[in-house]
Amino acid sequence: MPERYDPDEAVAPTGAGGVMDLATSEGETLEKLPGGPKGTGPAELDPSAPSGERARSLWSDAWRDLRRNPIFIVSGLVILFLVVISIWPSLIASGNPLQCDLAKAQEGSQPGYPFGFNGQGCDVYTRTVYGARTSVTVGVCATLGVALIGSVFGGLAGFFGGASDAILSRVTDIFFGIPVVLGGLVLLSVVTSSTVWPVIGFMVLLGWPQLSRIARGSVITAKQNDYVQAARALGASNSRILLRHITPNAVAPVIVVATIALGTYISLEATLSFLGVGLKPPTVSWGIDISSASPYIRNAPHMLLWPAGALAITVLAFIMLGDAVRDALDPKLR
Amino acid sequence: MSENVTLPKQQGTSDGATDRGEPLLTVEGLTKHFPIYGGFPFKRQVGAVKAVDGIDLSVHAGESLGLVGESGCGKSTTGRLITRLMEPTGGKITYAGQDITRAGRKQLAPVRSEIQMIFQDPYSSLNPRQTVGTIIKSPMEVNGINPAGGREKRVQELLETVGLNPEHYNRFPHEFSGGQRQRIGVARALALQPKLIVADEPVSALDVSIQAQVVNLLQKVQDELGIAFLFIAHDLAIVRHFSHRVAVMYLGKVVEVADRDSLYNRPRHPYTHALLSAVPEADVDAAKKERIRLSGDVPSPIMPPSGCRFRTRCWKAQDKCATEEPPLVQISGNREGHLTACHFPEEPTTERAEDVILDPALAALEEGKNGSDD
Repeated sequence: MPERYDPDEAVAPTGAGGVMDLATSEGETLEKLPGGPKGTGPAELDPSAPSGERARSLWSDAWRDLRRNPIFIVSGLVILFLVVISIWPSLIASGNPLQCDLAKAQEGSQPGYPFGFNGQGCDVYTRTVYGARTSVTVGVCATLGVALIGSVFGGLAGFFGGASDAILSRVTDIFFGIPVVLGGLVLLSVVTSSTVWPVIGFMVLLGWPQLSRIARGSVITAKQNDYVQAARALGASNSRILLRHITPNAVAPVIVVATIALGTYISLEATLSFLGVGLKPPTVSWGIDISSASPYIRNAPHMLLWPAGALAITVLAFIMLGDAVRDALDPKLR
Repeated sequence: MSENVTLPKQQGTSDGATDRGEPLLTVEGLTKHFPIYGGFPFKRQVGAVKAVDGIDLSVHAGESLGLVGESGCGKSTTGRLITRLMEPTGGKITYAGQDITRAGRKQLAPVRSEIQMIFQDPYSSLNPRQTVGTIIKSPMEVNGINPAGGREKRVQELLETVGLNPEHYNRFPHEFSGGQRQRIGVARALALQPKLIVADEPVSALDVSIQAQVVNLLQKVQDELGIAFLFIAHDLAIVRHFSHRVAVMYLGKVVEVADRDSLYNRPRHPYTHALLSAVPEADVDAAKKERIRLSGDVPSPIMPPSGCRFRTRCWKAQDKCATEEPPLVQISGNREGHLTACHFPEEPTTERAEDVILDPALAALEEGKNGSDD
């Protein structure tokens, strides 16, 4: 017997085994429900079943599920920590990331300077802590922008189809044709602002077509289900169908891709900074530090490893969070 | 046999569609063509799949009309046209005297609550991310209906009606088996107290042992609540069990329509004969039934045969069948309300002296077998 009752497997009638199937799958699911009434088939109603159970909904169930999920708790705490040090870096780093002493360039760990010094003699620990703000801002804002624009455009194109879909698909094709690095060199070299926003804007501009394709595909899959037809047969409006039926069923792939892309955006910021079109040096970011440390990886690996480690932990935390949220939004996986 | 003109009143109150006044639902010349695009460099319409090609049906209040036919004959499309999930290409759909063929969403709103649908696949017809309570409640929400005692109470009543534990309203669909899920679909269809339910193969995705339960539930619902059904199925035995009248479809056309007993005992259209002869017989003692084996496949609905659409597979086809399309009329020898579209109808009986085998290969096999027996 499979661990879970798999609806896809059970679509085809399986001859006389069906009665057994019904009984066992019922018993199985009931066992998995703590506090649920036992052995309540259609024929035998259990009058002792607990009544007044709290109303369940997708989101309340998901939240209850997440609170008990260790992966969610760990990744959530890591992200919370990152957000706190992004806002108040001085909480854990007393130094100044821009105060450097060339005499100490590339030196290793010392008392008071646990991560050592970088090529300019700046404290790697302080710079890693201060770099969190830029990197987290770039990663989170670019991901949010891409996810929002991509899923709105892609979702609407997938839902309505026809001309809007054709136009959107061609537009995304055009954007896919732009090489990221070349596009960055051309577009960002004309920008004089030294803030993170042009970089974020560039990432959103080039990143949304990917998400819109995924959103479009999963919306098309979701809208072919009979429950969408059933809602339509009831006279439900398009907005109700989109909000109640399509979005909850199409959001999972978008969450997964978006959380994975978050790490890519943080490293893309590093690439652009390395090429000199991203953030300019007075700004402190992991990307800048990684790119400036990479030529010295053999003689002073600590300069690279600390900011790169921070980046890896951040990306991992977001991916784990995305995974946990996706699983929590699928009642079948609970 | 043709003298029984006023006979068909055998089913008591709920039969005899002909003398019950205005039908609840009338379909006239209903057509659905799916365009096929092709050509280079500019795509244009090069043809159309004539899924439904001019059918006439009527369903009276409280009556159940079975719609049978083999796969791809347009049964499901008909159901979706009537529930207006698809836009008809032509024809007219009248519900309770109101033309709903082209009605918009606002105009349809009052009709939507009276025509409900039960879907074939109990797995894809329920949103996996909504609880059963939410699913059954949504028809009331969409149509702004607040039953006495609250929607929650009504949901629990409905769950009880369809034989599920009312305490289960907080569960998700995957926690139920196929048969139970189909019951949830029935409860959703009943939520608005509809007058007509279009059941699109409601049991064909279910296990044989569960089919009977769901059919009995639907029959109970129909008897107790007096809901009219358009029961689409390809299982002739279930249709016979469930329907007051039966319409047989072939390649987008209705070829025969009659009340149940007349259709099953006195079929006239050769296709109906072929369908009925294909029903497996469980009774081993029964006299060996005639067999009609149709050769080949259903012709393409893109270019259906001229004249009578069944002529390419019909053993009685003559020249007239290719040139003239037989009208769906009450031919002589038929009972009242029994309409057949055939130029050369069969005898009104299911008894047959010998097998009709239209497939030469099958015939050869059969002959070889008989030969070796001797």
